[in-house]
Amino acid sequence: MEGMWAIILAIPYTLLVTAGAFLVGFLLAIPLALARRSKVAPVRGVAGLLIDLARGIPPIVWLLFIFFGLPLLKIKMNALEAGILGLGVVSAGYLAEIFRGGLLAVPRGQFEACQALGLGGWTSFVEVISPQALRAMLPGLATYFIGLIKDSSIASVIGVTEMVYTATTYARNSADGIYTFFAAAAVYIVLSVPFGLMARGMEARMQVSSR
Amino acid sequence: MIALQTNTFEFWAKYFPQLLAGLGVSLQLTALALLFGLPLGLLLALGTEAKLRAVRWLSVAVVEVGRGAPALVVLYVVYFGLPLLSWSPEAFICAVIGLTYTTAAYTSEYLRGGLKAVNPGSVEAAHALAMTSGDVLRFVVIPQGLRVAVPALMGFAIQIFQATSLAYSITVSELTANASGIASSSFRALEIFALAGLMYAAITVPTSWLTNKVEERLTLRQ
Repeated sequence: MEGMWAIILAIPYTLLVTAGAFLVGFLLAIPLALARRSKVAPVRGVAGLLIDLARGIPPIVWLLFIFFGLPLLKIKMNALEAGILGLGVVSAGYLAEIFRGGLLAVPRGQFEACQALGLGGWTSFVEVISPQALRAMLPGLATYFIGLIKDSSIASVIGVTEMVYTATTYARNSADGIYTFFAAAAVYIVLSVPFGLMARGMEARMQVSSR
Repeated sequence: MIALQTNTFEFWAKYFPQLLAGLGVSLQLTALALLFGLPLGLLLALGTEAKLRAVRWLSVAVVEVGRGAPALVVLYVVYFGLPLLSWSPEAFICAVIGLTYTTAAYTSEYLRGGLKAVNPGSVEAAHALAMTSGDVLRFVVIPQGLRVAVPALMGFAIQIFQATSLAYSITVSELTANASGIASSSFRALEIFALAGLMYAAITVPTSWLTNKVEERLTLRQ
C-alpha cells in the first residue's frame, strides 16, 4: 500500500518533466520551424537536419548523452534538468514539424495582405499569422502533449524520481512491487483522459471563435 | 586530458563493432515485435469492429491499455511480472513480448483506420457475388485496407525501432546498452553516445524519407 502512495506522490514529478520538456521543445521549435521556411537553402538544410536528428535518435540516447556526456564538456546538470532538456530536444523536433504544418495551413493571401498593409515581419507574425497557425496546430499539439506524458517515463532511466522510477524501486525490493507498475499504468491512462477532454474542449472553442 | 587519449575517430573505430552487434539486436527486436505484433494488431482491429459486444469491449480495453501505458512500463511489467507466474524467460524474450504488445495495440488503430477506408461499395459487390463473410474479409477488405495503412505502419515501424532502446532498462544488450557499457568502462560517454545516436539516425532518417515518399505516391494515386 505504501507503494501506491509513493506512486501518487511521484505524479507531480511526471507532470513537471512533461510540462518542462514541452516548454523547452516549444521554445526551440519556433526558430527551427521558421528556419525551415527560410529563403536561404543552407539554413533550411541545417534546420531540416537538426529536426531529423532530434526525431531520429531515441529519447533514451539523448538523455544518456546529456546526463553522462555533457559533464565531460563541463556542462553539469542534475537528472531532472537533463531529463527536461533531453525530452525537450526530442519534442523540439516533433513540434517543429507540427508548427510547419500549422504555418502551411495559413492561406498565402494572409501573408500577402500583411505585406500590402505594410506590417512589419514581427507584427504580422505575432498578430496575424501565429493566431491562425495556432488554431490549425492545436489538435497536433494536444496529441503530442498527451504522448509526452508517457514519454516522460524515460527520464526514470537517468534517475529522475517520477512514477516509473518509483515503481522500479518497489519492484526490485519486494515481490508484490509489480502492483506499483499497475498503479503507474493506471495513472498514465487516467491522466491522458482529462488532457484529452481539455484538448477537445479547446478545439471546439477555437472553432467557434474562428467563425 | 583528452590529448592523452586516442582521438575520437580511433575511439569510434575501436568500439564500432561492439555497437554494430548491439544494433543487430535492436533490429532483431524490431523485426520480431513487428512479426508477432502486426497479426495481433489485425486481430484486435477486427475485434474492435466485431458484432459481439463482449469481443468488442475486450478488444478496445486491450488496445487502450496498450496505447495508454508507456512502452517502458509494459516492458517492466513483463520483466518483473512473468517470474511471479513462475516463468522467468531471459530479458530478450521479455523485451519481445513487451514490444509485441505495444506494437499490436498501436497498429490495430492504424489497421482499423485502413479497414474503415475501404469503399463500402466493394464490400457490397463482394456480397452480391455471394462471397462468404470470411472471403470478403480475406480477399476484399484486408488487402485494400492494408494498402491504406501502409504509410502509418511504416512510421510506426520507425517508432518501434527507436523504442527497442527501452530494452536497455531491462538489461538487453542492444545498441544503447552496449554504448552505456562502453561509456562506463572508458569514461567517454559523450563520444560513444554520439556514435550510438548517429547509428540510430542512420536507420531512422532514410526510412522516414522513404515513408514520406511512399505516402506521397499513395495519395497521388487516389
